[in-house]
Amino acid sequence: MITFMNNSDSEEEPCNERTSLMSAESPPVPSYQDGLQASEAGEAQAHRKRRAGSSRGPNNIAGGETSGSFVPVRECILENEEEELTLKYGAKHVIMLFVPVTLCMIVVVATIKSVRFYTEKNGQLIYTPFSEDTPSVGQRLLNSVLNTIVMISVIIVMTVFLVLLYKYRCYKFIHGWLILSSLMLLFLFTYIYLGEVLKTYNVAMDYPTLFIVIWNFGAVGMICIHWKGPLQLQQAYLIMISALMALVFIKYLPEWSAWVILGAISIYDLMAVLCPKGPLRMLVETAQERNEPIFPALIYSSAMMWTVGMAKPDTAARGSSQQTWDAAEDGREHLRSHSHAESQMSEMRSPVPTHPVTSLEELEEEERGVKLGLGDFIFYSVLVGKAAATASGDWNTTLACFVAILIGLCLTLLLLAVFKKALPALPISITFGLIFYFSTDNLVRPFMDTLASHQLYI
Amino acid sequence: PAFGLFIFTIARDPLRIIILIAGAFFWLVSLLLSSLIWFIAVKASDPQDERLQKGLLIFGVMFSVLLQEAFRFLYYKLLRKAIEGLVALSEDGCSPISIQQMAYVAGVGFGLMSGAFSMINLLADALGPGTVGIHGDSQLYFLTSAFMTMVLIFLHTFWGIIFFHGCEHRRWWEIAAVIIMHLTVSGLSFCNPLYVGSLVPSYLLMAAAAAWAYLLSGGSAQNLRRFLLCKC
Repeated sequence: MITFMNNSDSEEEPCNERTSLMSAESPPVPSYQDGLQASEAGEAQAHRKRRAGSSRGPNNIAGGETSGSFVPVRECILENEEEELTLKYGAKHVIMLFVPVTLCMIVVVATIKSVRFYTEKNGQLIYTPFSEDTPSVGQRLLNSVLNTIVMISVIIVMTVFLVLLYKYRCYKFIHGWLILSSLMLLFLFTYIYLGEVLKTYNVAMDYPTLFIVIWNFGAVGMICIHWKGPLQLQQAYLIMISALMALVFIKYLPEWSAWVILGAISIYDLMAVLCPKGPLRMLVETAQERNEPIFPALIYSSAMMWTVGMAKPDTAARGSSQQTWDAAEDGREHLRSHSHAESQMSEMRSPVPTHPVTSLEELEEEERGVKLGLGDFIFYSVLVGKAAATASGDWNTTLACFVAILIGLCLTLLLLAVFKKALPALPISITFGLIFYFSTDNLVRPFMDTLASHQLYI
Repeated sequence: PAFGLFIFTIARDPLRIIILIAGAFFWLVSLLLSSLIWFIAVKASDPQDERLQKGLLIFGVMFSVLLQEAFRFLYYKLLRKAIEGLVALSEDGCSPISIQQMAYVAGVGFGLMSGAFSMINLLADALGPGTVGIHGDSQLYFLTSAFMTMVLIFLHTFWGIIFFHGCEHRRWWEIAAVIIMHLTVSGLSFCNPLYVGSLVPSYLLMAAAAAWAYLLSGGSAQNLRRFLLCKC
C-alpha cells in the first residue's frame, strides 16, 4: 500500500475492482431459494416471455403463511407474483441506475470542459510507466499496450490479494484499507478539485474557509459511506467520489493507453466474473456462503436495506427515500443477494427481512434495488470524459458515447434478468461506447460538419 | 420546446425513458451507417471536384433519410415484440404502455437525437466569441438553425406517430407519405440560405403532420375545443 504513488492510491485498486453486475443470489436457507431466484429477476423491457403462473394478489399468499418460524416459506405462487412485481419495477430500477450514471457523467464532462487542469498532461501514474511521447506510431502503440499490461496485472494482483484477505477473514484489514482510501479520496482529491475549480472561475477563497468546507465535506462523507446516513446523501457521495476518481484517471492516463486500458478492463471484467476460477467469482461465492453483506464503500445501491426493527417495508411507490443503509447492522441482516465489495458486482436484490417473523405481506411489498459497483461508474465516466476531452472539442461524440453507454447498461440489466447471476457490467457498455466513440469521431463528424456548413438537415 | 415535451410527458414513466433512449440509439446507428457510406464515397472520389462533392453530399443526405426511416421501421418491429412481452408479463393482461405512446416516445427520441446532433456544436460555438455571418453568410444563421432544428424535432415526433400507425394498420401509403415528407424537408434545406424556401414550407408541413398525427391519435376538433375551454 505504501509503495503506491501518491496520486493514484490504494483506493485505485478497490475502485478498479468494482465493475460488474450481479444479480441476487440466494442465501443459504434453502426455502429462500425459489422465492429468491424469482424475486431477483426484473427487467424493464421485459423481453422474457416467461408467463407468470398466477396473478393473485398478495393477500392470498399472505393468508397462507403465518410463520413464526425463522424462514418465511414462499410458495411457487409467490414466486411468480414476485416476478411480476419485480418486472413492473424493473423499468424503475433501470432508471434508478440511469440517473446516477448520468449525473456522474455530467459532472465529469462539465469539469473537463471547463477546468483546464484535467486536460493538461502533467505526468503519469506509476501504473503506466511507459510514456507516449514517442514519435513513431508503432512505438506508441507498443508503449500503450505495455502500459495496459502493467495496469491490468496490478489490478489482478490486488484483486487476488483482496480475495485472499476475504477468504481468510481479515476483515479488519480490509475495513482499514477501505477507510484509508476513502479518506484519501474524500479529502485530498476534493481539495485538489476544489482548488482547480476555484482557480478556473477566479474565485478567491481563504484557507480557513477552505479547511472548514473540506473538513465538513470529508467527515460527513466518511460517516455516510461507512456507517449510517440518508440514502440520497450516500448516493450523492458515491457519485462524487466516482467522478473524482474518473477525473484523476482522465488526467493521468495517456491517450492511447486509456483506450486500450478501457478495452482490456472490460475483457478482464468479463473473464473475472464469468470464469469459474475467476477471482471475482470466487469472491461472490465466498460471500454467499458466508451470507455476508457487502462493503458499503464500494457499491452503489439504489434502494435501501431494512434496518432491524422495521415493521413495515416501504412500498415501491414511495421510492428509496428515507431509509438508511445500515451497514453496521449488516451482520444481523440476511442479505438475500450477496456480492463482494471488491468484486465488480451489481445486483438486483430485494431487501431482506431482518426480523424473523416478518410477515409475508411485507415481503410482497419490498422495495427492490439494484446495485452497481463504483468501478463501473468510474470507467463509464472515464470513457465519456475522454470523449469530451479529446474528440476535437466535439459534443456529438460525447453525446453518442453517453447514449451508447446507457443502452449498454440497459442491455446488461436485461441480461441480468435473464441469467440471474453475477454479471459484468463493463463489457457491453464499454464496447458500445468505444465503437461509437471511434466511429463518431472519424465518420460522423466530417459528415455532420459538412452538413452544418451548408446548413443542410437530414 | 422539445425538452419541455420530454420533461412533461416522458420523464415520469421509466419505461418511456428507456424507449426514448433506445430510439435515440437507433437514430444514432442509422446516422453512423449513413455517414459511413458517405465517407467511403467521399474517399473514393476526387476531393477537388466541387460539383461532385456537392452531389455526393446530396446523395448522402437522401441516403441518410432513407436509412433513418428504415431504422424507424426496425425500431417499430422491436417495440412490437417488446409489447408482446410486456403484455405477457403484466398482471392484468394489458400492457402498461400502448403502441401509440411508444410511437410518440420513439418519435421524440429520434427527434431529440437528431436535434441534438444538429444543434449542439452550434450552441457550443455560440458561447464563444465571434460574429455571425462575417464572411458574407447570412446573419440569421443561428436563429434559422434553431428554428429548423425545432421544426425537425417536432416533425420526427409526428412522423413517429404516423409511421407507427401506418405499420399497425398496414397502410402503406402512410408510411410512404412519411418518407416522402422527410425527403422533402431535407431537400428543402438545400435551399438554404434562401431561408424563405426552407423554413416556411417546413413549418407548413409540420402543421399538416401535426394535424394528421392528432387525428390519428384519436383527437378531433371537439376534443380540442373542450380542452381549450376547460382550461380557461
